Amino acid sequence: MCLAVPGKVIRISGAAESPAERVAIVDFHGSQVEVSLAMTLEARVGDWVLVHAGYAIAVLDEAQAQETWACLQELDLPGESPA
Amino acid sequence: MDVTSVQAVLDELGRLTAGRPVMQIMEVCGTHTVSLFRSGVKSMLPAGVRLLSGPGCPVCVTSQGYIDAACDLAGRQGVTVCTYGDMVRVPGRLGSLAERRGQGGHVVVVYSTRDALRYAAAHPAEQVVFLAVGFETTAPATAAAVLEARRLGLANFTVLTAHKLVVPAMLALLAEGQVPIRGFLCPGHVSVIIGAAAYEPIVRQFAKPCVVAGFEPPQMLQGILHIARQVAAGQACVENVYGVAVSARGNPAALKLLEEAFAISDAVWRAIGVIPASGLELRAELADFDAARRFDLDLSANDEAPGCLCGQVIQGKVTPADCPLFGQACTPMHAIGPCMVSSEGTCAAWYKYGEK
Repeated sequence: MCLAVPGKVIRISGAAESPAERVAIVDFHGSQVEVSLAMTLEARVGDWVLVHAGYAIAVLDEAQAQETWACLQELDLPGESPA
Repeated sequence: MDVTSVQAVLDELGRLTAGRPVMQIMEVCGTHTVSLFRSGVKSMLPAGVRLLSGPGCPVCVTSQGYIDAACDLAGRQGVTVCTYGDMVRVPGRLGSLAERRGQGGHVVVVYSTRDALRYAAAHPAEQVVFLAVGFETTAPATAAAVLEARRLGLANFTVLTAHKLVVPAMLALLAEGQVPIRGFLCPGHVSVIIGAAAYEPIVRQFAKPCVVAGFEPPQMLQGILHIARQVAAGQACVENVYGVAVSARGNPAALKLLEEAFAISDAVWRAIGVIPASGLELRAELADFDAARRFDLDLSANDEAPGCLCGQVIQGKVTPADCPLFGQACTPMHAIGPCMVSSEGTCAAWYKYGEK
C-alpha cells in the first residue's frame, strides 16, 4: 500500500497559499496525471516528485536521483534491455 | 552500485555473518516484503542472514471488527464505501467487500482520497464512507481529505479510520521480546513522512540498528549490509540509505496535516490486540467526519478465522509454512486470512514466489 512512484512536474496551478488547491500535472513515462501538491508546496516545474495515492509526498533530491538512476542503469545486465 | 558491487555486498555480508548465529533482520514494510521476493534479493542472501516480515502490511494488521464494519456499511441502503483496492477481497465474518458488491452493495475502488471526495461531491444523495487504512505514508492523504471536506462543507463524506503508526508496533514487538530481531530494515515511504530520526527510540531503548531503505534492489541490499555492519561492530544507530527522498525530520507539511486532523490513540492490531498510542483517531472537532460515530459502528471484534495464523505471521513468530492452512485450505484464490489476500501479505508473497 505504501507504493510511491517518481514523476516529473510539468505544470502547476493554484496558489501556494491555498494548499488544498495546489495541483500539478505530473508525467510518469508519458502518462500525465493530476497530483495534489498540498504536501510539497515547494515543488517547481521540472522537479521530480514522489507520488503516493494522488499526493506528491516528496520532492526528490536531483543529485541523489541521478545517482540512483545511474545505479539502476548499471544493474541492467547485457541482453536484458528491451532494445 | 554496479553488478560487481552487488557481488561485493553479498561477499561482505557472507564474511560478516560467517560462523555467527543467524542474523534475523525484520523488514517492517509489506512493500519491502514483496520487493525482496520479486527482485530475488531474498534468495541471494548468504545463509547467515534471515529476513523476517514484520507488521507492515496495512490490510494484514486491520482488525476483523473493522472489516466487518466496512462490509456492514457496504450493505446499507444509501451508503457507498470508497476504498483502496487492497481491501476489497479481505474476508470478514460477513464476507468481503467484493461479495457485498456482488450482492448489490455500493463499493467504489479509488486511487486517491481526492477521488473519494470528488465522488461524494458528485453524489450528494449518497453517504460516502472512505476506508482509511494504512500507515503514515497513507494517513496524510486521509487528513487532507477530511480537512478539505470540512472546508467544502461536504456533509455526506466520512472516513472509517484504522490508521496505524509503525514505530509503536516495532517497540511493542521488541518489548514483548519473543522474536529475536537483530535489526530493522525500515520502511522507505513511511520514513518520507515521519523522517529517519523517528526510529531513534528503538535505538535508544533496545539498541537495535535501524536502516531506512528504498525499494530498488541495490537500496535494499545496501540497507541490509549497513545493518549487518552495525551488528558485527556491536553498534546500533539510525542510518538512511534513501536520502533521495527521506530526510531526518520527514515531510513537515504532511506531518502538519496529520497533526491538524488526528490525535494519537490506542489501536487494535489484528490478533496482536491493543497497542497503546499506535493509531490515529480524528480530532474531536472533526467528529462529524467519523463514520464509526455517524453510523454507530462497533469495531471491537478482533478474532481470526479458526486455524489462521496471520496474527503470528505478522509478528514474525511463525512463517507461513508453519500454518496448517497455508497452500492447502488457504491460497490466493481462496484466501482465509488477510496475509494471503493482500498482495503485500507475507503469505501471498511466500505462495507466489514458492518459498518453502
